[in-house]
Parts: sequence; structure tokens; C-alpha cells
Amino acid sequence: MARTEEMEISDLLTRHESAILEDWVRIQAREGRRSHSLSDDDLQEESRTFLSLLRTALQNGQAQDIQGRDWAEVRRFLEDLSRNRAALGLTPSQTVTFVFSLKEALFPQLQRHLAKDPSQLAAATWSVSTLLDRLGLYITEVYQKGREELISRQQQEMLELSTPVVELWDGVLALPLIGTLDSARTQVVMENLLQRIVDTGAAIAIIDITGVPTVDTLVAQHLLKTVAAARLMGADCIVSGIRPQIAQTIVHLGVDLQDVITKATLADAFAVALRRLNLSVQKLGAPPRSSAAASPAEQG
Amino acid sequence: MERIPILKMGDSLLVSIQVDMHDRLAMTLQDDLTAKIVATHAKGVLIDISSLEVVDSFIGRMLANIAAMARVLDARTVVVGMRPAVAITLVELGLSLPGVRTALNVEQGMKLIVPHEEGADARREA
Repeated sequence: MARTEEMEISDLLTRHESAILEDWVRIQAREGRRSHSLSDDDLQEESRTFLSLLRTALQNGQAQDIQGRDWAEVRRFLEDLSRNRAALGLTPSQTVTFVFSLKEALFPQLQRHLAKDPSQLAAATWSVSTLLDRLGLYITEVYQKGREELISRQQQEMLELSTPVVELWDGVLALPLIGTLDSARTQVVMENLLQRIVDTGAAIAIIDITGVPTVDTLVAQHLLKTVAAARLMGADCIVSGIRPQIAQTIVHLGVDLQDVITKATLADAFAVALRRLNLSVQKLGAPPRSSAAASPAEQG
Repeated sequence: MERIPILKMGDSLLVSIQVDMHDRLAMTLQDDLTAKIVATHAKGVLIDISSLEVVDSFIGRMLANIAAMARVLDARTVVVGMRPAVAITLVELGLSLPGVRTALNVEQGMKLIVPHEEGADARREA
């Protein structure tokens, strides 16, 4: 029975294609006036393509099984459609309306076609309705999947963006940490830092935790691990940017930071780093500390 | 039998591990090195592990042991050239080699053990 319904619908689509298409585009355009701005030509083209794909699929396949091979073309078309409309900023319901509005165009034709046989009309209507519902749901699924991919990609990018290693001076690296330190991030931070130590031959790395909102025992442990790993590579670590509350938390938690040099600010840490490298920062034109005076030209 | 060569440079001994470390080799190295420190009165031991790609807990422990033994024999040990992946592995294994000095490469490692490089030690201790 289902087989003949599909043939029936497919026949109907073939015979009244232009009428259905015209109705459908008109309905979509009416809906579209309110919600979005797709050009009429595009709409016409998309609708025509979808109708012909639908007809082909109905001729060959089962309406119940839209995951089957016969529906691959239709599915691909809907995936593209979903992606394009999402890119245009349309909501999923606006996109799904594309398929659902076909019902409005199709049912009057069905009615006219099968007026003399009410039971078949009911069956065909039901069949078309479930088919289009399935296709509509498929669009939503694709939309959802696209969103999820986007989110996971952004998460990945955020992970990479949020762990820069900057070279403050020849031999001094800084690692400004922003956001919570979990195990996954610690891994990325550690790898980045160690690789940069190898690349630059830096002897000192400053880990700045100004942007880390809370430090609990786990975060502290991750910090200590990073420090230990850097030490194994021959670089000393200074932890800076410890806010007053965080200092209190660390002590209350009993976290042992004895083996790590800690400073309140990045500036303090940088000063320590420069001193380690036997460097100093001086005001231009200030009387030099050593007896070797700066040249008069510089003073002017 | 395979052995890791130990080179003498001035007052220090240079060990460059170029092959895959297995447990027997590590034990042999430990024996040879302690014997050599005593024989040459070396004041420093530099172990280059830049070719070492895999380090397990045993090798990590052995490095720590060598450093401790050398210290007993009054020689300081510097481990140089550790790869990032190896460093991460050791830390994850809970072996952060306390008491072992480290440097990025042989050049910087030599600065840590050669006595006439003054200031380097002082800075290190500070």
C-alpha cells in the first residue's frame, strides 16, 4: 500500500509540478516577507531542485526510510540548504519552514486529485505529512550538528588563544594565564611553554596568574607541575600576579609553594629575572651608577 | 657488552646518552660512573639526554640516584637537554628530580659545573 502511495505522490508531483511549484514559492515568499530576505530567484531555484529530487527519491525509495541510499541526494541538498541559511543568519524554524510550507502547496492538489477516494486521500495526506516532517527534523538535526561543530572548534581555538607564551627579553619568557586552569589546559600550557623554552633557550619563565580567577589545590598542583617540568628543562620559573585573596587561599589550603619563587606583580618578577641575567633598567640621562659617565651628547 | 662512554673534560665527566636506555645499561652506567668519579676525582658530572625520547620511571629514578651518588662523592650533577615530552612524562610520574641541576643544553650545563665560571653558581644558589 505504502508503495502505491509513494507512486501516487510522485505521479502527482510530475503532473502538477509547475502548479505546485508556483503555489509553494508564493507561500514561501509570503512567509519570507515577514521573516527573512531571500531573493525570489534563489527561492524558485531551490524549490525546483528540491521538488525534482523529492520526486526521484519517491520513485525509487521508501518514504519511511529517509536515511536510505535513495534519499542521499535529498539529504545532501537539505544539508547544504541548512548550512547556507544558517550562514545567512536564519533561525532553524525559518529554515524548516522551507520544507513544511510544501504541505500547504501539496495538500490542495492531493485533495483535488483524490477527491473521489477519501480513504486514499487520508492515507496519502498522512504519508506526505510524515515524510515532510521527517525531512524537516533532518534539517534541524543538521543545523544542530553544525552548531556543535562550531562550538567545539571555538573551544579548541580558545584553548590555543588563551595560552600565549611571550618573550619579554632575550632569555625571559612570560606566560600570562587567563581563565581557570584545568588538566587539559595545563597540558597545553606546559607543552607550549616547554617548546618555547627549547626554541628560545630561555633561562627564566614568568608565569603570571593575574587572570586566573581562583586557585584551589588542583590549580596549584597544576602550577607546580608546570614549574617542575620547566625546571627539568633547565629554566627557572617565577610565579607572579598573586592577588591578596589568592595569597590567603593558598595559605589556608596549605599549598606548599616553598620551592617556587613568587612575586606579587609581573613587574617584580621581571625585575628579578633581569637581575638574574645581570641586567638593569636605567632612566635615560640619569647619573649613571658606575664611574663611566654617559656622553654629553646623550644628555642633550 | 654495550656501554655508555664517559668522557673526562678537565675536572668534569661528560656522559652523552645516545642510545635507547634499557635497565641493564642504566645499571652499568651507574657502576661505571661512580667508579670513574672516584678514579678521576671529578667535581662535576654532566649527563646529556637530548637523544633520549622515552624515559620511564626506572630511568628517571636512576638519574636521581646518579645525582645523589655523585653528591656523596662530592661531585655535582647537571642533566642537560631534556626534551619537553620527557619533562612532562617525568613530572606526571611524580619524578621532578629534586637535587638534580638541569640546563637546556651542554653549553649552559658546562657553565653550571665549571668552577671558573664565577657568578653562575652564586646566581643559581640565590
